[in-house]
Amino acid sequence: MKRLTVPALLAAIFAVLLWATMTGVLNAYWQSVIMFMGVNVILATSLNIINGNMGEFSCGHAGFMAVGAYVSSLLSVALFAKSAVFGDPLLSPDLAVWLFPLVLLAGSLAASVVGLLVAIPSFKTRGDYLAIITIAASYIVKSTIENIGVIGGARGFMGMTGVMNAMNDTAKLPWILIWVFLGTVFSVCVIRRFIYSTFGKGVDAICQDEIAAEIMSVNTDRVKLVAFMVSCGLAGLAGGLFAHILGYVNPGTFTILKSTEIMVMVYLGGMGSLSGSVLAAILMTLLIEYLRDAFGFINTFLHYISVIPDSYEVTQVWKWVLIPLLLVLLMQFRPEGIMGRRELADVFPGLRKFYKFKG
Amino acid sequence: MLQSFLQNILNALQWGSFYSLIALGYCLVYGVLLLINFAHGDIFMVGAYIAFFVSMVLLGKYGAMAGLPGWLVLTLAVPLTMILTAVVGVTLERIAYRPLRRKGVNRLYVVITALMCGLILENGNLALLGASRKSFPTLIPVQVYTFFGITVTNIKLMVIGVAFLSFLLLHFIVTRTKIGMAMRAISYDRFAVPLMGIPADTIIVFTFVLGSGFAGLAGLFFAMTYPVIDPYMGALIGWKAFIAAVVGGIGSIPGAFAGGFLLGFVEIMVVAFFPSTFRDLIAFSILLLILSIRPTGLFGVARRTKI
Repeated sequence: MKRLTVPALLAAIFAVLLWATMTGVLNAYWQSVIMFMGVNVILATSLNIINGNMGEFSCGHAGFMAVGAYVSSLLSVALFAKSAVFGDPLLSPDLAVWLFPLVLLAGSLAASVVGLLVAIPSFKTRGDYLAIITIAASYIVKSTIENIGVIGGARGFMGMTGVMNAMNDTAKLPWILIWVFLGTVFSVCVIRRFIYSTFGKGVDAICQDEIAAEIMSVNTDRVKLVAFMVSCGLAGLAGGLFAHILGYVNPGTFTILKSTEIMVMVYLGGMGSLSGSVLAAILMTLLIEYLRDAFGFINTFLHYISVIPDSYEVTQVWKWVLIPLLLVLLMQFRPEGIMGRRELADVFPGLRKFYKFKG
Repeated sequence: MLQSFLQNILNALQWGSFYSLIALGYCLVYGVLLLINFAHGDIFMVGAYIAFFVSMVLLGKYGAMAGLPGWLVLTLAVPLTMILTAVVGVTLERIAYRPLRRKGVNRLYVVITALMCGLILENGNLALLGASRKSFPTLIPVQVYTFFGITVTNIKLMVIGVAFLSFLLLHFIVTRTKIGMAMRAISYDRFAVPLMGIPADTIIVFTFVLGSGFAGLAGLFFAMTYPVIDPYMGALIGWKAFIAAVVGGIGSIPGAFAGGFLLGFVEIMVVAFFPSTFRDLIAFSILLLILSIRPTGLFGVARRTKI
C-alpha cells in the first residue's frame, strides 16, 4: 500500500492542476510559471547527470535543448498544422493528440545523437578540455540553426500554436500542461532508474576515480556514452516542450546565459542530488518570477524615499546581478548546495518507508 | 588575388592580437592556479570601460581638468587602464577566489564562482550605465598607409606590435625571472611551495595583476580599433579567447599566443571566402576537430595521472 504513495501523490497533483486550469482558478500567468517549472526540472535533473553525478563540467546544455526544440517543432508543424514553410499538414490534425509524444521523442532522439558530438571526445578528454568542447558544440548548434534560412534562421520559427489548437479541437483540455507534467515525471523517473541501476553506479564511480572504475570492470567509455546521450536527450525533450509552450523558437534563446541558468540550478540544489535539482529548479523559477514583481516595487520605494536620482530606474537587469551574487554567496558559505550529495530520503529518513527503492 | 590574401593576413594578425592578449591572461591564471577564470572576458570589457572613462577625463570632456593632447592621453591611458583593471582583477581574487581556496573546496566551485563574477560584472555594468553604447573618443588621428595595394592603419600596426611585445614580456617574466619561477613552481606543486618559503598568495596576486592588466590593455586597444563599447562585448570574445587558449594548450604561454592568432586567422579566412554568418560555425568546428585529434591542445603536454 505504502509503495503507492508517490504515484498517488503525483496523480493527485495532476488532478488538482487539471481542475484548477479548467475552472480558471489558475490564470494563464501561473499556468506558464508551472509549465516553466516543469521544463526547468527536466533541464536541471538532466544536467545533473553530467555535472553532478559524473563530475564533468558541461556548459553547453542549452545547445542540446535547441536541437530538441527545433526538431520537435518542425516535425509537429509539418505533420499537424498548416504553415508557410511546409504548406498543408501531412497527417490529419486529429492525430496530433496521439502522435505528439512521438514527436517529442523524435526531438529528444535527435538531441541525443547531437550529444555524440560531446560524448565521443569525452572518451579521451576530461575536465577543462571537455568543458570547452561542450561550449563549442553549443555554439555549433546555434550557428547551424542561424544559417538554415528555410526554418527562419536567426529570426526564429513559429507555428506551434496551430498544433496546440488542433489538439484543442479534438478535446478541450489544457494539453500542453498535460504534456509538460507527463514529460517531467517521465524524465525524473528515467533519471532515477538510470542513476540507481547497477550500470548507472558506474557514473558515480567515474566521478570518484576513473582509473579505479576502469580497473573494477566499469566500461567507462560505454557509461560516458550512455550518460551523455540520456542527459542530452532529456534536454531535447525539455526543449521540445519549451518550444510548444511558447509557440515560437528563436536561436537567440539558447545561449550561454541559458546554459548558465541551468547550471545555477544544479549547483544550487547540490551536485549529484536528484531531489536537490528538482527543488532548486522549482525554487529558481519562483525566485525569478518573484524578482520580476519585486524590482518594480523596489524602484518605487527607492524613488519614494529619494535614495536614487529621478533619472535612474531600477530595472529587471538587476535580476541578473542578484542571481549570480546569490550563487557566489552560496559558494562561499555552503558550497555543496542545498542538499549536498544527499537525497531527500537521506535528510528525512522517515520518508523512506513511503516508497520502495534500492537506494 | 595575392594582394587581397596579404590584406586578409594583416587583418587576421590584428584580430588575432586581441584574442592572444586575452588568451594570455586566461593562460597565466590557469597555469598557476589550474583555475579557468571565466570572468576574464568581462574583465576585458571592464578594461575597455575604464579606458573610456580615463580618456574622457584626460581629454577634459567631463570638465574635471583641462584637456590634454591625444597622444599624451594615450600614453597616460595605457598605464592607468592597466593598473585600474588589475585592481578589479585582484579585487575579484581577494573577495571571491581566495576564501574558497583557503577552504580547500573542489576546484569546480571556484570555476562556478568565476563564471558568476563575470555575469555580475557584465550585468552590473548594464544596470548602472545603461544599455546604450558608448563611442570611444579618437585619441590619435587614423593614418592610412598603402604599400603595394595593401592598406594598413597606424592603429593596426600598433595593436600587432603591442600583442607581440606583451607576449615577449610575459614569456620573459615567466621563464627568466625569479617570480616567474615561483609561478611555475606553484603550478607544479601547490602544497610544497609555501614550505620552501615562497609567499604563494603574493605570487597568485601578481599573476592576477599581470593577467588583468593585459586584459585592460586589450580593452583599450579594442576600443580604439572598434570605437563602440557595450557591456556584452566581453562575453563572446572572452569565450572565444578561452577556446583559443585551450587549442594552444592551456597553461603554455606560447600556446595561448599561437592559439589566439590561429583563431584570428580561421575567422578572417572564413569571412573572406564564405558568407560571414558561417564564421562561428566553421571556426568552432575546426577547433573541435583540433581538440579531438590532439586532446591537450597544440602546445600542451598531457599530465600523467598517477594511480
